[in-house]
Amino acid sequence: MKALARALRDPSSVASLDAAGWMDLLTAARAEQLIASLALRVEGQPVPPRAAEILADARAAAEQGRVRALWEAEMAWRALAPLDVPVVLLKGTAFVAADMEAGQGRFIGDLDILVPRDRLDEVEQALLGVGWVWVKDNPYDALYYRQWMHELPPLIHRDRDRMIDVHHTILPPTAKPKPDAAALIGDSIALPTGLRILLPHDIIVHAAAHLFADGDLAGGMRNLWDIDRLVRQFGAGEALMERARLHGLVPAVTRALRLTAHIYGTPVDAGRLRLSDRFYARRLLARDGWGRETRKLTRLAFYIRSHWIRMPPLLLARHLWIKARR
Amino acid sequence: MNHSFGLRVGPVGFRVGSAWRAPIAELEQLYRGYPPLADGIADFTVRLEPQTPWRRWIRPSVAIHGDFTLPEAMPLALAHGLLAAEMAMNLQMALGQRRYLLLHASAVERDGRALIMTGESGAGKSTLAALLGERGWRLMGDEFALVDPDTGAIHAFPRAISLKNESTALFPDVAADRWGPILAGTPKGTIRHLRPNAEAIAMVDQPARPALVLFPRFGFEPAVRDVGEAELFVRLTQASTNYVTMGEEGFRALSTLVTQTPTRAIDYPDTGAAVEMVESLWQEFAA
Repeated sequence: MKALARALRDPSSVASLDAAGWMDLLTAARAEQLIASLALRVEGQPVPPRAAEILADARAAAEQGRVRALWEAEMAWRALAPLDVPVVLLKGTAFVAADMEAGQGRFIGDLDILVPRDRLDEVEQALLGVGWVWVKDNPYDALYYRQWMHELPPLIHRDRDRMIDVHHTILPPTAKPKPDAAALIGDSIALPTGLRILLPHDIIVHAAAHLFADGDLAGGMRNLWDIDRLVRQFGAGEALMERARLHGLVPAVTRALRLTAHIYGTPVDAGRLRLSDRFYARRLLARDGWGRETRKLTRLAFYIRSHWIRMPPLLLARHLWIKARR
Repeated sequence: MNHSFGLRVGPVGFRVGSAWRAPIAELEQLYRGYPPLADGIADFTVRLEPQTPWRRWIRPSVAIHGDFTLPEAMPLALAHGLLAAEMAMNLQMALGQRRYLLLHASAVERDGRALIMTGESGAGKSTLAALLGERGWRLMGDEFALVDPDTGAIHAFPRAISLKNESTALFPDVAADRWGPILAGTPKGTIRHLRPNAEAIAMVDQPARPALVLFPRFGFEPAVRDVGEAELFVRLTQASTNYVTMGEEGFRALSTLVTQTPTRAIDYPDTGAAVEMVESLWQEFAA
């Protein structure tokens, strides 16, 4: 997958690819949901006609995805506007709603929103009232989300078949860093539609938190690409670090900067790559030209880590015990 | 991957990788004479891999992986590796194709004009298309019809035809080398694949204007029924795997097809009657 990182970082590098090289590049890019981003990057480069067609399809799909994501946000807004509650768009939908660089060619899956925790019940009821339904019917899962997670159990819309994740903060309450959810919402910016987005530097902090303080780095190349685009558009520096400190996420943000500079050549003074960063890079790049996941042990290590950092050990043991008994 | 095969079927290229030699050898035989990949690049990658490492050797089972996958896709026995490859390629089309509006339909061509046959599974559209393909029509495909949103034309996608064992007797004159291996005990029963004839392969890059849509239904007394535009539209959205993902483009392509193409539903008791009905409707609407 080094070829994918290289092509995104330096689009002119694709000139040296043969047919097999293109095949591997397109497959890896698709597997990492970066194929439309790649399409935009290599525009103007010498691309074999067939590859150009595949990339054009990817761009069309991303454009259609953008329209659908904005429509889904609009649907949620119609349900929630009467509550007079701030609704902050997160991740991909926020990028396209605010027309950011990071939204260009961005694949968007679920709709992610952030609302104040004390309004969560009202929001939930409003969404249930207009056609969203629970995805998980297992009572333990539902309880687990409500007690230990930073979001409601996922809801899906019964007609449009699209999921919404309603967050009240950006990390599980059981994780060590405690982001300032009130500041995230309080400093958010209103869009002309009435929907809101996070402060750009909070968006970077959230992306870094999502990548390194939550989860097993699956899809990490795409998430790191978000960070590259965001940093290029909004800058890093002291202003970013101030928000990182506020949310207790300095380690995640500095690691994100070092890795995006290393992998994507982001122009940022991130300091030297640490030994542990190399292990993260190894995990991020663990996919081959057939789209297969490679480096099984590294992946396993990060999978175990993802649970470890989300919960204290005893809670984790209990959770895994209940899941295993099913 | 250890073994691989590139296959171009009309406008769509596939790269099939496999942990075992056998499925690739079967594909090479079944698709002999097909054109090479355009620019050496495939649209979709398919992987036939053991579900777990030891399943490569012990009771080998083939998991269906690729660019697009369904978590609920069950692995198949290695003896059914060819079917796994076929299913995997169908899955890529159903979930990943977005250049063409995809109709779950068979299509045949005559004089540059296409007859599209669609309907529920078991209606006989696949067998009927295969039969017509041996009787003076050019087979464009037995599984998917590809509608070009820019031109409205149908593009050929003549993959190997998957026939149920009892239907193979309908093709007594077909050259032996066009048949794939007999696959017994698959989830679809005993099946056998048939390579489309040389004409279908030679003309694969020639699209055709849609001239008639039929909804055949097997097992009833002969009958012909009108199908209105609204019914046709709704039934084709149901027969399309990518109508929603195509967005407005898909809507336009389908609207054009629906308003410009005569349509009938036909009931038929046996394939002989069906071929006669198709020929006479073609004379009436398309000739």
